[in-house]
Formats: sequence, C-alpha cells, structure tokens
Amino acid sequence: MAPILDINNLYKNYGSVEILKDINVAIEPGDFLVLVGPSGCGKSTLLNCIAGLEPITGGKLSIGGKDMTHVSPKDRDIAMVFQSYALYPTMSVAKNITFGMKVRGVDAATQESKLKEVASQLQIEQLLHRRPGQLSGGQRQRVAMGRALVRDPKLFLFDEPLSNLDAKLRVEMRSEIKKLHQNLGATMVYVTHDQIEAMTLATKIVVLKGGVVQQIGTPAEIYNRPANLFVADFMGSPAMNLIPAKATKNGSDTRIEIARDGAAPLVLTDTHAENLPQDVILGLRPEDIAEAGFRAGEDVQVAECHIDMVEPAGADTFVVSELGGKQVTARLHAETGAESGKVLPLAFDLSKVSYFAPGSGERLN
Amino acid sequence: MTDFTQSYTAPRRSFGQLALRWLLFTLLGLFALFYLMPLFVMVTTSLKSLEEIRTGSLVALPRDVTFEAWSTAWSGTCTGVKCEGLRPYFWNSVLMTVPAVFLATLLGAVNGYVIAQWRFKGANLIFAMMLFGCFIPFQVVLLPMARSLGILGLAGSIPGLIFVHVIYGIGFTTLFFRNYYVTIPAELTKAAKVDGAGFFRIFWSIFLPLSLPIVVVTVIWQFTNIWNDFLFGVSFSQAGTQPVTVALNNIVNSTTGVKEYNVDMAAAIIAALPTLLVYVVAGKYFIRGLTAGSVKG
Amino acid sequence: MTEWLERHVPKMVLAPSFVAVLIFVYGFIIWTGWVSLTRSKLMPKYEIKGVIQYERLFASPRWDTAMDNLFIFGGLFIGISLILGLFLAILLDQKIRAEGVLRTIYLYPMALSMIVTGTAWKWIMNPGLGIEATVRNWGFESFTFNWITDPKMAIYAVVIAAVWQASGFVMALFLAGLRSVDEEIIKAAQVDGIPTWRIYSAIIIPSMAPIFLSAFIVLAHLAIKSFDLVIALTGGGPGYATDLPATYMYAMAFSRGDIGQAASSAMVMMGVVFTIVVPYLYSELRAKHD
Repeated sequence: MAPILDINNLYKNYGSVEILKDINVAIEPGDFLVLVGPSGCGKSTLLNCIAGLEPITGGKLSIGGKDMTHVSPKDRDIAMVFQSYALYPTMSVAKNITFGMKVRGVDAATQESKLKEVASQLQIEQLLHRRPGQLSGGQRQRVAMGRALVRDPKLFLFDEPLSNLDAKLRVEMRSEIKKLHQNLGATMVYVTHDQIEAMTLATKIVVLKGGVVQQIGTPAEIYNRPANLFVADFMGSPAMNLIPAKATKNGSDTRIEIARDGAAPLVLTDTHAENLPQDVILGLRPEDIAEAGFRAGEDVQVAECHIDMVEPAGADTFVVSELGGKQVTARLHAETGAESGKVLPLAFDLSKVSYFAPGSGERLN
Repeated sequence: MTDFTQSYTAPRRSFGQLALRWLLFTLLGLFALFYLMPLFVMVTTSLKSLEEIRTGSLVALPRDVTFEAWSTAWSGTCTGVKCEGLRPYFWNSVLMTVPAVFLATLLGAVNGYVIAQWRFKGANLIFAMMLFGCFIPFQVVLLPMARSLGILGLAGSIPGLIFVHVIYGIGFTTLFFRNYYVTIPAELTKAAKVDGAGFFRIFWSIFLPLSLPIVVVTVIWQFTNIWNDFLFGVSFSQAGTQPVTVALNNIVNSTTGVKEYNVDMAAAIIAALPTLLVYVVAGKYFIRGLTAGSVKG
Repeated sequence: MTEWLERHVPKMVLAPSFVAVLIFVYGFIIWTGWVSLTRSKLMPKYEIKGVIQYERLFASPRWDTAMDNLFIFGGLFIGISLILGLFLAILLDQKIRAEGVLRTIYLYPMALSMIVTGTAWKWIMNPGLGIEATVRNWGFESFTFNWITDPKMAIYAVVIAAVWQASGFVMALFLAGLRSVDEEIIKAAQVDGIPTWRIYSAIIIPSMAPIFLSAFIVLAHLAIKSFDLVIALTGGGPGYATDLPATYMYAMAFSRGDIGQAASSAMVMMGVVFTIVVPYLYSELRAKHD
C-alpha cells in the first residue's frame, strides 16, 4: 500500500534557526501517528508543516500520493483539531461545524445531514445552537472534533487537543479518540508532550528532540528498545533507571559492575550482551526490578540492595536505592514488606536491559 | 493614620475616620466644582442677554433666560466676511469627520488584522514605523502637505481634509486594532485556513464579528480627534470649507463689532456638543481609547 | 498564480497604508528637513545653503521666547497634571459611592476641542467681566487676576486651561493603574500592619512607574504640539508673550511667508519630540518582543 503521508528530508528554518532537520516519516492508511517530545522540540511545527500552515524550507511532503509541498491547507484534504480548540467565537456550534462546508460551497441539504450525523456521533445535538463561550471545556473539545469529522478528510491532525482539559476528562477523551480512530479507520497525526497519551493512542510514534527525529517505531519498540538515552528517559513513568556501569568480558558472559557508595559493588552477569565497551549506561525500567522471589526467568539475578525510600502508590509500591550514584527506582507489589533503611534482595531482569554509550547516548545492544 | 481603604459599609467609625472621610468628600467636591465651573459659566453666559452679562456676575444664574444667542450663533453670527452663523461650518465638520472616521477605521482594522494575524517578515518594522508616525509633531508635515494637496487638486477642499485626517489617523487606528487582534489566538486563523477560508473571508466572517468593542473605541477616538482638530483645519481649508473649530475661533477672535460673549459661548457649546454627547453616551469606550492610545506597544 | 496571490494578499493589503506612511510621514519629514537647509521664503527652493535658517532661528528673540515658553509651559503643565491626576486618582480610589459621576466630571474636558477650552477660559479669565470683575463685585476691590493680558503671566494662564483639560485624563490613567495593582500584595501589607499612606508610597505608586512614563510621554507630546489652545486663549499674545514653537512655526509658514524659518522650527520641534519619544517607543517595542 502506498503511504498516505510521506515526508521526505523535510527541513524548516525560522531565519537562521533550524527548527526541523531532515525529517523522514511515512505512514499507511489507518495509522495513528503520534509526534511526541518535550516543548520546543518542533513537533507542533511539524504538524503545521503537514497542514500547510507553515511553509517548509526544504524537502518534500505528499498526502495520498500527491505532492503537497506547496499546496495551501484548504486543498490538502486534511482536518485539524487545535489545542485551544479555535472555535469561532461569534458562531453557533452548528455554524462552527458547517463553516468549512459553507466556504467550500457544499449545498445546504448536505451540510444539514452531515451536521446531524456528526452531532449524533459525538452526542452534541443539544448544543448546536449555543455559542462556544457557553460550553464547558469537554464540550468545546467535542465541537472541535465535530468540525474535523464533518470534513471526512484523508488525514486528521490533532495539536495537543487534550492538554487544556482536567486530568479525569483527559483520560475520558483519550479513550474516545481511540474509539473514534478504530471505528472510522481514519488516519491520524497527533501531537502531544504527554508520553502516556503517545503510548496509549499510537500505532506509530515519532520521538522528536531539538527538531531531530530520535526514534520512530511502534509503542512497544519505543518502550522496550529505546534508541538512545533521551528516548529512554522521556518515555515511561517513572522514567527508566539509567545506571552508569563497567562492563568486562568474562568468557562468553559479560560482567556488569555497578559501584555503590559505602558498600561492595553490585555485580550482574549478562549472558547475551556482546561487544560492550568498558563504560556503559545500563537501562532498566522500574518494573524490571522486582522483589526477589516475585520474578523468575533465566536472566533474573538477585542482589541485596539498601533501600533509601519507600513510596506506596496504591497498586504498586516504589522503592528507591542508590546504585552507581543514581537514585534507582524499583516497582514492587503493593504488599511488599520493604522498609526504608533496611536491606532488601531485589531481582534484576536482564532480559529487558538496554545498554547505552555514555558519550553519544546511543543504544548499544 | 487610619485605614480608609476599608469599605464604606463598615458599621462604626472613629471620629478621626469620619473627619478624614469628610475631608475626602470636600476635596472631591471642590475639584468637581473646578472642572464643572467653565461649563457652567459657558451655559449660563450663553443664556443671558448682553446687557445682563455686562451688569451681572460671571457665576450668577441668568435672570431672564434667552436663547437668542444660540440662534445667532447657529445661523447669524459673522465669521470674517460672511454672517451665516456656525451652521455651514458645523456641516463641513460632519462632512469631513464621518468619511474620515470611516476610512481610517476600516484601514486600521485591515492593517491591524494583517499585522497581528498574518505576520510576515518586516511586518513588525512596518508597524513600528506606523506607530512612530503617531508621534510626530504635525508641524513637520504642514508645508509639504499644503503643496501636495495643491498638486492633487485637493487644496482648500473638504476631500483634502478627509485625506489628511485619514493619512494621519491610520497609525492610531492600526495600533488599536493590532493590539486587539493580537490577543486573539492565531489558531483561530489556522482553523479557518484549514476550513478553506481565505484572507478576506476570515476577516469578514470571523474577525469583524468579534470587533465591535474595538470598533467603538476606534470610532470614538477618531471622531473626537478629527472633530476637535484645529491645526489641519486652519492650515488646509479656505473660506467656505472650514470646519467648525476654525469657524468658532474666527467668531471669538473677530475684532469687528460689539463683542457678543453670549454668542461666543453658545457657539463654543455647539462646537463641543457632538464630542460631549459621545463622551456622555459612551464614556467607557472613550476612556478605553484614551488609555489604549497612551499605553502602547 | 492564485497560490501566489493568496500568499501575498496580506502584504498587498498593508502596502497602501505603508506607502502612505512612507511618503506622508517620512518623505515629508525629509522634505521639511531639506527645505530647512535652503533660503526658501514665500516659495520653497531646493538649493541647499547650509544651516542659515537655524542660525536665524536661534538668533530670533521671538523663537527664544517660544522655547522658553515651551519649557515653562511644558514643565508646569506636565508636572501639575501628573501630581493632580495622581492625587485625584488616589482620592477616587477610596471606594467612593459617587465614583462614576465624579470620574465623568473630572474627565469630560478631554472630550472638548482645545479651541472650546480656550474660548471658555478666555471668557472666564478676561479681567473686565470674568473672575476679576466677579471677585471685585463681591467686595474685594483690589483683587486682580489679569494674567491673560499680562505679558509676564499670560503663559501661566495657558497652563491653567491646559491642566484643566488634561489632568482628568491623567487621573483616568492612574486610576486604571491603581486598580491593576495585585490585591494580594495590598492585603499582605495590611496584614503586616503597614499604614495606608505607606502602602501607597512604598508599594502602589512605585509599581505604577510605567504609567507615570506613559502619562509623561502623552503630556509632553501634547505640550509640544499644543497650538490650538494658545491660538484660542491668547492668540500668542500679548505681543509674542505666549508664543510656542508650534505657533511660531505656523506664523512663519502661513502669515509671514518664511518657509525656511517654518521648516527649521518644525525640525527643531521634531528633534525635541524625538529625544523624548524614541527611547520610549524603543523600550516599549522591545519589551513586547521579549
């Protein structure tokens, strides 16, 4: 299948400042692409470039197989939902939704039927005569979605659409967007700074930093095999533990030694790792460090660790121990007897480990 | 020192607080008298006969109210050679002010819309240049403008005055609209672009309907400025096309004949009436214009 | 083609205004500057002759008077308006029930033409029938208030009328400023037991520095441009006693037929405005970019 959105070597400068550098992304029809990164990473600019709201400095961009590099937004067959919703304040909800059709000269009867269809889909029929100012945040969000849905475009673009909602509503709308995607089978490009949103919604994630793509992959790939330290640190909460360590070849195994303040170093043996340099950063997610006895497998190794802090969080309890000069977090079950100040045997699951080069931050295994 | 920022509904006050409160009201009242006195004197003088003015007191109420001075001021008094009163000049001012206000406001709205919502390279520089134009002493453009109006065939005409007022009004009207539109999120324009609307459609369907408050502020500001203008009026008009401020000055400073103070005052009130009326009806917007015009950027 | 048009419509819409400003503001300033360096009399000449017009200007006693008057008038007008405006604003800020009415009364002169203001005060201050005559009628036979006809005092008469007109506006500016001070800071100070006058002098008034600056700029600008008021109130007289640069320029341009002098005096006015306004505008525009 031909990619529905194909971005090739895209560059974007503001004056002499490079905002986006050599972006290459392609997605298939039905994909849910999430652009994620910290603020200022260029993700919204990239979305605006896809929409045609910002001219690009270099490269090519095609939508539905057609070159759209220099085409104006209205001819790109896209719809967009904005962070502030950008509802037209002087128009009723109905007019907001039909404005685009009116501009494009769609006849009144079609406008009416489309409006009805979308309104019932989003359950906003009773709001159609209100002004945006009279709506709650969640209702505005729905109207903004309605305005996009009514176009039935090749590509839906979402620019941080949930960031203005409170936490509860955000979770609710998130699953609604997901449902919508599944029901419509539509192709969506979604910008967020929230890595949980990215993980839950995406079929494909692009992690951006400083205008450069850090990694492109499925949520599982990004989560399990982060391409560099930045991605490892950015995706997942609590963040992946990144522990400085020394690696030495020991026959077919690799001996991993982690310094500990005031105690003997922690030594682990990795049976799979190959060709590691001497200095590495070992990455292990909190859930891959468990209480001894609760995790089994041939790559699970147990070591006694001094617990500095215990943080019960309901479903889980997090414990913190200092390893290699870092505060290392482990996710234990809720009923753990861990106590701060005591020593607890922890199980490290080395089948999930990532290694990074300390200098470049690149993934090594 | 007692605390008099407390609400006036506070149930009990000490003697000191009460005394302070009275001092406050007395001061406020005296200042009110200072500001009202000229208006009071103008009105009472305009309602007196010349005889009563000469014999009576400045601040006394008229014994016999007469509107004669008003009718003379409106249609009989002499401005230089002609003796048609203020009426024709009043209409000159209307003919000059209405189109000038309309055009300057319209241009300001479109300019502000471009500068605030369609930023392009150099737009800020253009804005700064326009803003600066608000501040020049107009004396510096009087001479070349006089010649240019001659070249354009607009010398001494009302269209010429309209032209001048529009040109030198654009800076402020652009400033007003730019500062208003800059508070409207850029996403609104983006959403409309994605919806397929173009430059003028977005302006007409989305921004203009939002603009009532700032249109009112701008119109009032322009109206007050242009109606009250004297410098351009006296420099670029000729007998017959003068605006009301110039005619008023001619009446008051004409040296021929008996000095008719009551007519002078009636004429002054007539000249002031339109802007006073606007002030009374839409004072809120008037103040907003003044403060917007001074707190810039 | 339509694509190109679409992209350039905003620029094309702005272009006429921009060109107009370029010609009628900047072009005209250059024109006036040029002519100020010539020997233009009744008609402009374009042959540059150096700074002779400026030499004539600075040698002219009438211009001297005009500049002296500008500083006296400007200084007093700005100073009194600022103090009075701030004072009125603080008085009005004391939760007065009649605030709306009082504010309307204090501010209405700003809606009037300076010609109207001048006409009214000319009548009030005229010695024969105005305040002087009225107070004498009350029995104070030796009372004199003839500033308007006294060459030494006439400029102060102009100050009175100008302050009457503009101080309410300064009041409105300051009142808006007082109202925008963070309530919580004031509450915190009250909790700390700081007396009201100290709250004003140490917290509120210093926080209004930008408003002082704005008010100063506007008033200074009014003072330099003031022309109508002098024309209506004193006609520049008695003699040249109340001449301001603005009236001097007008007289040279339109009654004396001395375009060179008119142009050079206009350029000097421009210079005065520049030195006041440019740093202000610069800082304002910069602040907005940060």
